[in-house]
Amino acid sequence: MNKKNKLIWNVSLIVALLVLLFVLEQVMPSGSMLFTVLKKGAIYALVAVSMNLLNGFTGLFSLGQAGFMLLGAYTYAILTIPPESRASVYQYYDGGIIQFAIPVPLALIAGGLIAAGFAFLIGLPVLRLKSDYLAIATLGFAEIIRAVFQWDKLGPLTNGSNLLRSFPTFQSVLYPFIVSGICIALIVMLINSTYGRAFKAIRDDEIAAEAMGINLAHHKRLAFVISSFFAGVSGGLLAMYQTTIQASMFKSAMTYEILLIVVIGGIGSVTGSCISSFLFIACSEWWLRFLDNENFYIGSFHVPLLRAGFRKVVFAVVIMAMVLFYRQGIMGTKEFSVEALQNLFRKIFLRKSVKKAGDTHES
Amino acid sequence: MSHEKKETDTVLKLENLTMQFGGVIAVDNVSLEVGKGEILSLIGPNGAGKTTAFNMVTGVYAPTNGAIYYKGEKIVQNTPQGRMKKLYQGENADLYAGKRVIAPTPDKITKLGIARTFQNIRLFKSQTVFENILIAKHMRRTSNLFTATFRLNAKEEAQMRQESEELLRIMELEDVRDELATSLPYGKQRHLEIARALATKPELLLLDEPAAGMNPQETLELTQFIGRIRGEFGLTIFMIEHHMDLVMEISDRIHVLDFGKSIAEGKPDEVRNDPRVIEAYLGGAQDE
Ligand SMILES: Nc1ncnc2c1ncn2[C@@H]1O[C@H](COP(=O)(O)OP(=O)(O)OP(=O)(O)O)[C@@H](O)[C@H]1O
Ligand SMILES: [Mg+2]
Repeated sequence: MNKKNKLIWNVSLIVALLVLLFVLEQVMPSGSMLFTVLKKGAIYALVAVSMNLLNGFTGLFSLGQAGFMLLGAYTYAILTIPPESRASVYQYYDGGIIQFAIPVPLALIAGGLIAAGFAFLIGLPVLRLKSDYLAIATLGFAEIIRAVFQWDKLGPLTNGSNLLRSFPTFQSVLYPFIVSGICIALIVMLINSTYGRAFKAIRDDEIAAEAMGINLAHHKRLAFVISSFFAGVSGGLLAMYQTTIQASMFKSAMTYEILLIVVIGGIGSVTGSCISSFLFIACSEWWLRFLDNENFYIGSFHVPLLRAGFRKVVFAVVIMAMVLFYRQGIMGTKEFSVEALQNLFRKIFLRKSVKKAGDTHES
Repeated sequence: MSHEKKETDTVLKLENLTMQFGGVIAVDNVSLEVGKGEILSLIGPNGAGKTTAFNMVTGVYAPTNGAIYYKGEKIVQNTPQGRMKKLYQGENADLYAGKRVIAPTPDKITKLGIARTFQNIRLFKSQTVFENILIAKHMRRTSNLFTATFRLNAKEEAQMRQESEELLRIMELEDVRDELATSLPYGKQRHLEIARALATKPELLLLDEPAAGMNPQETLELTQFIGRIRGEFGLTIFMIEHHMDLVMEISDRIHVLDFGKSIAEGKPDEVRNDPRVIEAYLGGAQDE
């Protein structure tokens, strides 16, 4: 299959998906669980892919996703609350210090830029050290930033520990899909570029990469800053989805959820992260909700063990099982593509050995 | 091909290089020069400090003391500092005191035109043979993050790929182009490491035991091969090797280390008959 064909296939798939979403939105009740999953899934897909760019493709282990999302979410909210609502939102702080609002797309980008700026500053000292330190430093950063944003003194800007609300939210399920889609496409283009190859080289062997002329500090910083930028954007989207935000939402548990999505999807697979993000959100928000329900009956049989929080236990067991027995995740480092699917069918039906399936590494 | 060395002909010059790890002096006040177009072999028993010397040239370690010049320009310089000031047991402790410390990272060295291979093969393991070479093309890019992401560098990208294909052909690796680098047999992996180093367009190539683990037939082929690429790419080669047939056959000059110290240097025949070398090293190795 040549490049042009592949492009046509991919574009038509995307268009078909968007049309499908549009139609669904017209015919189904807007409160449907399906839309919750689709919106949140799209947002988590973006942040999972951004984490994968760093953890999976560059081999740097960062645990700051929740912190960067917080920055993105707050930047977005602070910059988009309409001036007329500010008095009521910032009621304890005399309407806050910002008295203007900018368009939604600009605010999302601003959120990304703020997150990227912080990443740059953290990266300056930390990325010179062994990579384990990045995990510790980013985890610490996420905890600190959460506390700082609830600090009373910053209230005129962040509204302290009170909710931020009244900012623009999603009008349609298409919005998070399109924004996430564009961002993920950008990340994929980056991964397939010469810079992406350098990232993978660093992941595979730092010493060899450096000996081949790849400036480690520069490239690690690039990957970290870019990853954080997209985490920031996804934070903005999350704010739109949640309709209200508060710093205390962005706990490290959120980072672990994202990490889990990346691991389940396959470290080093973009499509894996996307698929597993929808699966994960569907399970946690919808399909496995019954696990938290103490009074769950099948016929007249009262299912034992179920109680609030049991879902988390099941998740924990799943994580352990994944890590112990299935480290590859759903996709390993492979990518899902039309070509791979074709090859798979050919393999199954023709029972012929087909050339190695699926790797779109150098498409 | 022998060389009358003139100062201007010198590509690489090590000057009073000492590397001390804790209390161990791995390289002890070594000075040597590699002339343009020359093949200089660095030999010596295990643990003599050969790889350490390479690591100092390529920026992996900053030497404890001494300086390195590349084409007449000083690229590395250091003097015992901090804790090392007291610990230092080597010679010339004050020679470089007060002078500027120059300690570039390995990528800077590679950019100058010095490429290397590793004693314990270090290929990019999740990448194919072709991609391993292509990655090395990244260094000489003119694109930036933006132009690369949006493929505004399509022309350069095409050229990178074409040059990599060319290297595959020269290195006779075309038939394994799309295989994982680490799935190749040992000898081919060593070839690939050389190809990858060449992809950075070096003038000086450092080979750390290129024939390690090869059988006599493969070693013979490699010998011819190294000679061939020297001509084809106009290279200067600085090589560590244990296979004496290869070393004697191909080297213009040989430099011998023992316990970190230089004990001899000269043409293959001179070195072969040097009693100190025989005692330290050759006596045993020649019987192999
Ligand atoms: N990073 C390091 N830290 C401490 N000691 C080291 C380090 N690198 C090398 N050495 C020591 O320096 C000495 C020289 O090692 P080197 O690897 O340079 O030897 P070599 O001549 O390459 O030997 P071989 O033929 O086995 O490759 C050895 O005693 C080794 O243990
Ligand atoms: Mg060695």
